[in-house]
Amino acid sequence: MFPNQFAYHRPSTLEEAVGLLAADPDAKVLAGGHSLLPAMKLRLAAPGALVDLASIEGLRGISADGAVTIGAMTTYNQLVDSDELRARLPVVAEVAAGVGDPQVRSLGTLGGSLAHNDPAADFTALMLALGADVTAVGSQGERTIPADEFFLDILTTALGPDEILTAVRIPVPAGRVGMAYQKHEHPASGYAVVGIAAVLALGDDGTCRSARVAVTGCAPTATRAAAAEAALVGQALTPETIAAAAQAAPGGLEITGDLYASAEYRSHLVTVVGRRVLEQAAARARG
Amino acid sequence: MADTMAAPAKVAITLTVNGEQRTGQVEPRTLLVHFLREGLGLTGAHVGCDTSQCGSCVVELNGASVKSCTVLAVQADGAEVLTIEGLGRDGAYHPIQEGFWEKHGLQCGYCTPGMIMSAYGLLKRNPDPSEDEIRHALDGNLCRCTGYQNIVRSIQYAAQLMKDGPTAPVATSAD
Repeated sequence: MFPNQFAYHRPSTLEEAVGLLAADPDAKVLAGGHSLLPAMKLRLAAPGALVDLASIEGLRGISADGAVTIGAMTTYNQLVDSDELRARLPVVAEVAAGVGDPQVRSLGTLGGSLAHNDPAADFTALMLALGADVTAVGSQGERTIPADEFFLDILTTALGPDEILTAVRIPVPAGRVGMAYQKHEHPASGYAVVGIAAVLALGDDGTCRSARVAVTGCAPTATRAAAAEAALVGQALTPETIAAAAQAAPGGLEITGDLYASAEYRSHLVTVVGRRVLEQAAARARG
Repeated sequence: MADTMAAPAKVAITLTVNGEQRTGQVEPRTLLVHFLREGLGLTGAHVGCDTSQCGSCVVELNGASVKSCTVLAVQADGAEVLTIEGLGRDGAYHPIQEGFWEKHGLQCGYCTPGMIMSAYGLLKRNPDPSEDEIRHALDGNLCRCTGYQNIVRSIQYAAQLMKDGPTAPVATSAD
Protein backbone atom coordinates (compact mmCIF):
# COMPACT_ATOMS: atom_id res chain seq x y z
CA MET A 1 0.00 0.00 0.00
CA PHE A 2 1.22 3.46 -0.71
CA PRO A 3 -0.38 6.86 -0.41
CA ASN A 4 -1.81 9.11 -3.06
CA GLN A 5 0.58 11.41 -4.88
CA PHE A 6 1.50 14.53 -2.97
CA ALA A 7 4.12 17.24 -2.90
CA TYR A 8 6.62 17.13 -0.04
CA HIS A 9 8.00 20.20 1.72
CA ARG A 10 10.52 20.24 4.53
CA PRO A 11 10.76 23.91 5.54
CA SER A 12 13.44 25.06 7.95
CA THR A 13 11.43 27.80 9.65
CA LEU A 14 8.01 28.00 11.21
CA GLU A 15 7.16 31.07 9.11
CA GLU A 16 7.89 29.14 5.94
CA ALA A 17 5.75 26.21 7.16
CA VAL A 18 2.82 28.50 8.00
CA GLY A 19 3.19 30.15 4.59
CA LEU A 20 3.00 26.78 2.84
CA LEU A 21 -0.14 25.85 4.78
CA ALA A 22 -1.75 29.24 4.15
CA ALA A 23 -1.04 28.97 0.42
CA ASP A 24 -2.41 25.45 0.01
CA PRO A 25 -5.64 24.46 1.78
CA ASP A 26 -4.99 20.87 0.70
CA ALA A 27 -1.68 20.67 2.57
CA LYS A 28 -1.27 18.82 5.86
CA VAL A 29 1.34 18.97 8.57
CA LEU A 30 3.62 15.93 8.95
CA ALA A 31 5.06 15.42 12.43
CA GLY A 32 6.06 11.84 13.39
CA GLY A 33 3.73 10.48 10.73
CA HIS A 34 2.41 7.58 12.77
CA SER A 35 -1.22 8.57 12.49
CA LEU A 36 -1.14 10.46 9.20
CA LEU A 37 0.90 8.05 7.06
CA PRO A 38 -1.17 4.96 7.99
CA ALA A 39 -4.32 6.96 7.18
CA MET A 40 -2.82 8.00 3.84
CA LYS A 41 -1.79 4.44 3.00
CA LEU A 42 -5.38 3.34 3.59
CA ARG A 43 -6.49 6.34 1.48
CA LEU A 44 -8.53 7.62 4.39
CA ALA A 45 -6.54 10.81 3.96
CA ALA A 46 -5.24 12.14 0.66
CA PRO A 47 -3.61 15.53 1.17
CA GLY A 48 -2.15 17.30 -1.85
CA ALA A 49 0.98 18.26 0.04
CA LEU A 50 2.81 17.45 3.24
CA VAL A 51 4.66 20.06 5.27
CA ASP A 52 7.24 18.12 7.31
CA LEU A 53 8.22 19.89 10.54
CA ALA A 54 11.33 17.74 11.07
CA SER A 55 13.89 20.40 10.11
CA ILE A 56 12.41 23.29 12.09
CA GLU A 57 14.57 24.23 15.06
CA GLY A 58 13.04 24.65 18.48
CA LEU A 59 10.08 22.27 18.21
CA ARG A 60 11.73 19.47 20.20
CA GLY A 61 12.64 19.24 23.82
CA ILE A 62 11.36 19.67 27.35
CA SER A 63 11.98 22.71 29.52
CA ALA A 64 10.68 23.74 32.92
CA ASP A 65 10.17 26.94 34.85
CA GLY A 66 6.99 27.15 36.91
CA ALA A 67 5.39 24.88 34.32
CA VAL A 68 6.76 22.22 31.99
CA THR A 69 6.87 23.10 28.30
CA ILE A 70 7.14 20.28 25.77
CA GLY A 71 7.93 20.99 22.13
CA ALA A 72 5.38 19.59 19.70
CA MET A 73 7.92 17.41 17.86
CA THR A 74 9.15 15.73 21.05
CA THR A 75 8.80 11.98 20.57
CA TYR A 76 7.22 9.55 23.01
CA ASN A 77 10.63 7.99 23.68
CA GLN A 78 12.01 11.42 24.55
CA LEU A 79 9.15 11.80 27.04
CA VAL A 80 9.90 8.35 28.49
CA ASP A 81 13.60 9.19 28.88
CA SER A 82 13.15 12.70 30.31
CA ASP A 83 14.60 13.22 33.80
CA GLU A 84 12.71 16.52 33.96
CA LEU A 85 9.38 14.73 33.52
CA ARG A 86 10.28 11.86 35.85
CA ALA A 87 10.98 14.46 38.55
CA ARG A 88 8.07 16.84 38.00
CA LEU A 89 5.32 15.18 35.96
CA PRO A 90 6.05 11.45 36.01
CA VAL A 91 2.56 10.63 34.72
CA VAL A 92 3.52 12.09 31.32
CA ALA A 93 6.49 9.71 31.01
CA GLU A 94 4.34 6.82 32.24
CA VAL A 95 1.66 7.43 29.64
CA ALA A 96 4.27 7.85 26.87
CA ALA A 97 5.73 4.44 27.76
CA GLY A 98 2.32 2.85 27.10
CA VAL A 99 1.71 4.35 23.64
CA GLY A 100 2.01 2.00 20.67
CA ASP A 101 5.20 -0.06 20.59
CA PRO A 102 8.92 0.81 20.75
CA GLN A 103 9.09 1.74 17.08
CA VAL A 104 5.98 3.93 17.24
CA ARG A 105 7.47 5.68 20.27
CA SER A 106 10.68 6.37 18.30
CA LEU A 107 8.88 8.62 15.83
CA GLY A 108 5.40 9.44 17.18
CA THR A 109 5.20 12.91 18.70
CA LEU A 110 3.15 14.55 21.43
CA GLY A 111 2.14 17.45 19.19
CA GLY A 112 1.18 15.12 16.38
CA SER A 113 -1.05 13.10 18.66
CA LEU A 114 -2.85 16.15 20.03
CA ALA A 115 -3.31 17.81 16.62
CA HIS A 116 -4.61 14.54 15.13
CA ASN A 117 -7.06 14.07 18.04
CA ASP A 118 -7.74 10.39 17.57
CA PRO A 119 -10.81 9.55 19.66
CA ALA A 120 -8.83 6.81 21.44
CA ALA A 121 -5.54 8.68 21.96
CA ASP A 122 -4.04 8.60 25.46
CA PHE A 123 -2.53 12.08 25.58
CA THR A 124 -5.71 13.97 24.74
CA ALA A 125 -7.31 12.81 28.01
CA LEU A 126 -4.11 13.37 29.95
CA MET A 127 -3.75 16.96 28.71
CA LEU A 128 -7.37 17.67 29.68
CA ALA A 129 -6.84 16.29 33.17
CA LEU A 130 -3.56 18.18 33.61
CA GLY A 131 -5.14 21.45 32.45
CA ALA A 132 -2.47 21.97 29.79
CA ASP A 133 -2.30 24.87 27.37
CA VAL A 134 -1.58 24.35 23.69
CA THR A 135 0.51 26.91 21.81
CA ALA A 136 -0.25 27.38 18.12
CA VAL A 137 1.37 29.58 15.48
CA GLY A 138 -0.38 30.67 12.29
CA SER A 139 -0.44 33.55 9.86
CA GLN A 140 -2.28 35.63 12.47
CA GLY A 141 0.53 35.04 14.97
CA GLU A 142 0.80 32.94 18.11
CA ARG A 143 -2.03 32.03 20.47
CA THR A 144 -2.58 29.88 23.50
CA ILE A 145 -5.51 27.49 23.61
CA PRO A 146 -6.54 25.76 26.85
CA ALA A 147 -6.90 22.00 26.43
CA ASP A 148 -10.55 22.37 27.50
CA GLU A 149 -11.18 24.39 24.31
CA PHE A 150 -8.82 22.49 22.00
CA PHE A 151 -10.42 19.08 21.35
CA LEU A 152 -13.62 19.79 19.45
CA ASP A 153 -14.81 16.61 17.74
CA ILE A 154 -13.57 13.42 16.11
CA LEU A 155 -10.15 14.17 14.50
CA THR A 156 -10.98 17.87 14.89
CA THR A 157 -9.28 20.50 17.02
CA ALA A 158 -9.41 24.26 17.44
CA LEU A 159 -6.37 24.65 15.16
CA GLY A 160 -7.04 26.81 12.12
CA PRO A 161 -6.09 25.57 8.64
CA ASP A 162 -2.78 27.45 8.66
CA GLU A 163 -2.00 26.97 12.34
CA ILE A 164 0.74 24.68 13.64
CA LEU A 165 0.79 23.29 17.15
CA THR A 166 4.25 24.22 18.45
CA ALA A 167 4.28 23.37 22.15
CA VAL A 168 2.28 22.23 25.15
CA ARG A 169 2.60 23.95 28.51
CA ILE A 170 1.61 21.88 31.53
CA PRO A 171 1.24 23.44 34.97
CA VAL A 172 3.04 21.59 37.76
CA PRO A 173 0.58 21.65 40.63
CA ALA A 174 1.88 22.34 44.11
CA GLY A 175 0.82 20.57 47.30
CA ARG A 176 -0.72 17.15 47.73
CA VAL A 177 -1.64 16.22 44.17
CA GLY A 178 -1.97 12.77 42.63
CA MET A 179 -1.95 12.14 38.90
CA ALA A 180 -2.69 8.88 37.12
CA TYR A 181 -3.84 7.41 33.83
CA GLN A 182 -5.17 3.94 33.16
CA LYS A 183 -6.65 2.33 30.11
CA HIS A 184 -8.40 -0.82 29.09
CA GLU A 185 -6.62 -1.34 25.84
CA HIS A 186 -7.66 -3.22 22.76
CA PRO A 187 -5.47 -6.35 22.79
CA ALA A 188 -4.47 -6.05 19.14
CA SER A 189 -4.18 -2.33 18.47
CA GLY A 190 -3.19 -1.19 21.96
CA TYR A 191 -5.54 1.77 21.61
CA ALA A 192 -7.72 2.66 24.57
CA VAL A 193 -11.17 1.08 24.47
CA VAL A 194 -11.58 3.28 27.53
CA GLY A 195 -8.80 5.40 29.03
CA ILE A 196 -9.16 7.75 31.99
CA ALA A 197 -6.78 10.38 33.36
CA ALA A 198 -7.26 11.84 36.83
CA VAL A 199 -5.58 14.68 38.69
CA LEU A 200 -6.75 14.96 42.31
CA ALA A 201 -5.64 17.64 44.77
CA LEU A 202 -6.12 17.35 48.52
CA GLY A 203 -6.77 20.30 50.83
CA ASP A 204 -5.26 20.83 54.29
CA ASP A 205 -8.10 18.85 55.85
CA GLY A 206 -7.44 15.88 53.57
CA THR A 207 -10.60 16.25 51.52
CA CYS A 208 -10.53 16.57 47.73
CA ARG A 209 -9.87 20.23 46.89
CA SER A 210 -10.06 19.81 43.13
CA ALA A 211 -10.57 17.01 40.65
CA ARG A 212 -9.94 16.89 36.93
CA VAL A 213 -10.99 13.64 35.30
CA ALA A 214 -10.92 13.07 31.53
CA VAL A 215 -12.04 10.11 29.44
CA THR A 216 -10.77 8.92 26.05
CA GLY A 217 -11.70 6.05 23.76
CA CYS A 218 -15.44 6.11 24.21
CA ALA A 219 -16.69 9.28 22.55
CA PRO A 220 -15.91 11.26 19.36
CA THR A 221 -13.25 13.15 21.31
CA ALA A 222 -11.66 13.02 24.75
CA THR A 223 -13.75 14.89 27.24
CA ARG A 224 -13.93 15.82 30.94
CA ALA A 225 -16.07 13.57 33.11
CA ALA A 226 -17.85 16.37 34.92
CA ALA A 227 -20.13 14.10 36.94
CA ALA A 228 -17.17 12.22 38.43
CA GLU A 229 -15.39 15.48 39.23
CA ALA A 230 -18.46 16.91 40.97
CA ALA A 231 -18.84 13.75 43.00
CA LEU A 232 -15.27 14.02 44.32
CA VAL A 233 -14.79 17.69 45.21
CA GLY A 234 -15.24 18.34 48.93
CA GLN A 235 -15.28 14.64 49.78
CA ALA A 236 -12.81 12.62 51.82
CA LEU A 237 -11.30 10.18 49.30
CA THR A 238 -12.46 6.88 50.76
CA PRO A 239 -13.08 3.66 48.82
CA GLU A 240 -16.81 4.47 49.09
CA THR A 241 -16.65 8.03 47.73
CA ILE A 242 -14.30 6.91 44.95
CA ALA A 243 -16.62 4.05 44.01
CA ALA A 244 -19.55 6.47 43.95
CA ALA A 245 -17.65 8.92 41.73
CA ALA A 246 -16.66 6.10 39.35
CA GLN A 247 -20.27 4.96 39.22
CA ALA A 248 -21.30 8.52 38.32
CA ALA A 249 -18.54 8.94 35.73
CA PRO A 250 -20.47 7.87 32.60
CA GLY A 251 -23.16 10.46 33.33
CA GLY A 252 -23.24 13.19 30.71
CA LEU A 253 -20.71 11.45 28.43
CA GLU A 254 -21.61 10.81 24.80
CA ILE A 255 -20.50 7.15 24.86
CA THR A 256 -20.45 5.43 21.48
CA GLY A 257 -20.34 1.79 20.48
CA ASP A 258 -18.35 0.28 17.63
CA LEU A 259 -16.96 -2.99 16.32
CA TYR A 260 -14.81 -3.45 19.42
CA ALA A 261 -17.18 -2.57 22.22
CA SER A 262 -20.83 -1.63 22.61
CA ALA A 263 -21.78 1.65 24.25
CA GLU A 264 -23.15 -0.32 27.19
CA TYR A 265 -19.87 -2.22 27.68
CA ARG A 266 -17.83 0.97 27.35
CA SER A 267 -20.07 2.67 29.90
CA HIS A 268 -19.37 -0.21 32.28
CA LEU A 269 -15.63 0.05 31.58
CA VAL A 270 -15.73 3.75 32.47
CA THR A 271 -16.89 2.80 35.97
CA VAL A 272 -14.27 0.04 36.33
CA VAL A 273 -11.27 1.93 34.91
CA GLY A 274 -12.56 5.05 36.70
CA ARG A 275 -12.46 3.39 40.10
CA ARG A 276 -8.95 2.03 39.50
CA VAL A 277 -7.49 5.31 38.26
CA LEU A 278 -9.15 7.36 41.01
CA GLU A 279 -7.81 4.96 43.65
CA GLN A 280 -4.33 5.31 42.16
CA ALA A 281 -4.48 9.12 41.92
CA ALA A 282 -5.83 9.37 45.48
CA ALA A 283 -3.05 7.12 46.82
CA ARG A 284 -0.45 9.24 45.04
CA ALA A 285 -2.00 12.45 46.43
CA ARG A 286 -1.80 11.05 49.96
CA GLY A 287 1.89 10.39 49.24
CA MET B 1 -7.38 19.02 -13.73
CA ALA B 2 -4.75 17.17 -15.73
CA ASP B 3 -2.03 19.31 -14.23
CA THR B 4 -3.06 18.71 -10.66
CA MET B 5 -3.36 14.97 -11.26
CA ALA B 6 0.15 14.75 -12.71
CA ALA B 7 2.69 12.98 -10.55
CA PRO B 8 4.84 15.44 -8.63
CA ALA B 9 8.43 15.46 -9.77
CA LYS B 10 10.71 12.87 -8.26
CA VAL B 11 12.91 14.08 -5.47
CA ALA B 12 16.63 13.40 -5.14
CA ILE B 13 17.60 11.90 -1.80
CA THR B 14 20.97 11.06 -0.30
CA LEU B 15 21.29 8.89 2.75
CA THR B 16 23.87 6.74 4.45
CA VAL B 17 22.81 3.10 4.47
CA ASN B 18 24.92 0.60 6.40
CA GLY B 19 27.80 3.05 6.33
CA GLU B 20 27.69 3.73 2.58
CA GLN B 21 26.37 6.89 0.98
CA ARG B 22 23.48 6.07 -1.36
CA THR B 23 21.40 8.30 -3.57
CA GLY B 24 18.10 7.86 -5.33
CA GLN B 25 15.22 9.55 -7.11
CA VAL B 26 11.91 8.88 -5.41
CA GLU B 27 8.32 9.99 -5.55
CA PRO B 28 7.45 11.71 -2.28
CA ARG B 29 5.02 8.89 -1.53
CA THR B 30 7.69 6.18 -1.75
CA LEU B 31 8.00 4.40 1.57
CA LEU B 32 11.46 3.90 3.02
CA VAL B 33 11.05 0.11 2.98
CA HIS B 34 10.30 0.16 -0.76
CA PHE B 35 13.29 2.41 -1.45
CA LEU B 36 15.55 0.05 0.51
CA ARG B 37 14.18 -3.07 -1.17
CA GLU B 38 13.53 -1.91 -4.72
CA GLY B 39 15.79 1.13 -4.99
CA LEU B 40 18.85 -0.27 -3.26
CA GLY B 41 18.26 -4.03 -3.52
CA LEU B 42 18.40 -4.46 0.25
CA THR B 43 15.61 -6.99 0.66
CA GLY B 44 16.33 -7.86 4.29
CA ALA B 45 13.65 -5.54 5.63
CA HIS B 46 10.38 -7.29 4.78
CA VAL B 47 6.94 -5.91 4.06
CA GLY B 48 4.52 -7.89 6.21
CA CYS B 49 1.36 -6.16 7.33
CA ASP B 50 2.22 -2.80 5.77
CA THR B 51 0.20 -1.14 8.54
CA SER B 52 2.91 -0.61 11.20
CA GLN B 53 1.74 -3.58 13.25
CA CYS B 54 4.01 -6.51 12.44
CA GLY B 55 7.53 -5.09 12.62
CA SER B 56 9.08 -7.18 9.86
CA CYS B 57 10.33 -3.92 8.27
CA VAL B 58 12.18 -2.59 11.33
CA VAL B 59 15.41 -0.68 10.63
CA GLU B 60 17.39 1.93 12.54
CA LEU B 61 16.95 5.53 11.39
CA ASN B 62 19.47 7.94 12.92
CA GLY B 63 19.92 5.43 15.72
CA ALA B 64 16.21 5.02 16.47
CA SER B 65 14.34 1.78 15.87
CA VAL B 66 11.58 2.47 13.33
CA LYS B 67 9.12 0.68 11.07
CA SER B 68 10.28 1.52 7.57
CA CYS B 69 6.78 0.97 6.13
CA THR B 70 5.66 4.05 8.07
CA VAL B 71 8.46 6.39 7.06
CA LEU B 72 8.67 8.15 3.69
CA ALA B 73 11.97 7.77 1.86
CA VAL B 74 12.08 11.58 1.58
CA GLN B 75 11.91 11.82 5.38
CA ALA B 76 15.14 9.79 5.49
CA ASP B 77 16.96 12.25 3.19
CA GLY B 78 20.22 13.09 4.96
CA ALA B 79 19.73 10.35 7.54
CA GLU B 80 21.72 7.31 8.58
CA VAL B 81 19.96 3.99 8.12
CA LEU B 82 21.05 0.60 9.43
CA THR B 83 19.39 -2.51 8.01
CA ILE B 84 19.81 -6.19 8.82
CA GLU B 85 22.36 -6.37 5.99
CA GLY B 86 24.60 -3.95 7.90
CA LEU B 87 24.76 -5.94 11.14
CA GLY B 88 27.31 -8.63 10.33
CA ARG B 89 30.96 -7.70 9.84
CA ASP B 90 33.58 -9.29 7.61
CA GLY B 91 31.47 -12.31 6.78
CA ALA B 92 30.68 -13.03 10.42
CA TYR B 93 27.24 -12.89 11.95
CA HIS B 94 26.38 -10.26 14.51
CA PRO B 95 25.96 -11.79 18.00
CA ILE B 96 22.17 -11.37 17.67
CA GLN B 97 22.19 -13.30 14.39
CA GLU B 98 24.40 -15.86 16.11
CA GLY B 99 21.81 -16.11 18.89
CA PHE B 100 18.97 -16.74 16.43
CA TRP B 101 21.11 -19.45 14.78
CA GLU B 102 22.10 -21.16 18.02
CA LYS B 103 18.72 -20.99 19.74
CA HIS B 104 16.53 -21.71 16.70
CA GLY B 105 14.97 -18.25 16.85
CA LEU B 106 13.25 -18.63 13.50
CA GLN B 107 10.89 -20.95 11.75
CA CYS B 108 9.66 -19.50 8.44
CA GLY B 109 12.01 -16.54 8.85
CA TYR B 110 9.66 -13.84 7.64
CA CYS B 111 9.65 -11.85 10.87
CA THR B 112 13.33 -12.53 11.62
CA PRO B 113 15.00 -9.40 10.20
CA GLY B 114 12.57 -7.23 12.15
CA MET B 115 12.95 -9.29 15.30
CA ILE B 116 16.73 -9.01 15.08
CA MET B 117 16.63 -5.25 14.42
CA SER B 118 14.23 -4.72 17.34
CA ALA B 119 16.56 -6.80 19.53
CA TYR B 120 19.44 -4.62 18.32
CA GLY B 121 17.51 -1.50 19.37
CA LEU B 122 16.78 -3.06 22.76
CA LEU B 123 20.33 -4.22 23.50
CA LYS B 124 21.70 -0.80 22.56
CA ARG B 125 19.47 0.84 25.18
CA ASN B 126 19.58 -1.97 27.69
CA PRO B 127 22.51 -4.42 27.35
CA ASP B 128 21.28 -6.65 30.17
CA PRO B 129 17.51 -7.01 29.75
CA SER B 130 15.31 -9.28 31.83
CA GLU B 131 13.07 -11.77 30.04
CA ASP B 132 10.14 -9.44 30.73
CA GLU B 133 11.98 -6.48 29.21
CA ILE B 134 12.80 -8.53 26.11
CA ARG B 135 9.14 -9.47 25.68
CA HIS B 136 8.06 -5.84 26.05
CA ALA B 137 10.71 -4.73 23.56
CA LEU B 138 9.16 -7.11 21.01
CA ASP B 139 5.72 -5.51 21.46
CA GLY B 140 5.90 -4.19 17.91
CA ASN B 141 6.95 -7.46 16.26
CA LEU B 142 4.66 -10.34 15.33
CA CYS B 143 5.73 -13.92 14.63
CA ARG B 144 2.92 -15.82 12.91
CA CYS B 145 4.79 -19.10 13.55
CA THR B 146 4.42 -18.11 17.23
CA GLY B 147 8.06 -18.94 17.87
CA TYR B 148 8.39 -16.38 20.62
CA GLN B 149 9.98 -18.66 23.22
CA ASN B 150 13.03 -19.29 21.11
CA ILE B 151 13.19 -15.69 19.92
CA VAL B 152 13.42 -14.59 23.55
CA ARG B 153 16.09 -17.24 24.21
CA SER B 154 18.01 -16.09 21.14
CA ILE B 155 18.10 -12.53 22.44
CA GLN B 156 19.15 -13.70 25.91
CA TYR B 157 21.96 -15.70 24.27
CA ALA B 158 23.00 -12.64 22.23
CA ALA B 159 22.98 -10.37 25.28
CA GLN B 160 25.29 -12.79 27.07
CA LEU B 161 27.55 -13.07 24.04
CA MET B 162 27.77 -9.28 23.73
CA LYS B 163 28.44 -8.93 27.46
CA ASP B 164 31.29 -11.42 27.23
CA GLY B 165 32.80 -9.09 24.67
CA PRO B 166 35.01 -9.54 21.64
CA THR B 167 36.73 -12.64 23.00
CA ALA B 168 33.52 -14.60 22.55
CA PRO B 169 33.17 -16.45 19.27
CA VAL B 170 30.90 -14.48 16.96
CA ALA B 171 31.79 -16.29 13.73
CA THR B 172 29.55 -19.17 12.83
CA SER B 173 29.64 -22.43 11.08
CA ALA B 174 27.15 -21.09 8.53
CA ASP B 175 29.63 -21.25 5.69
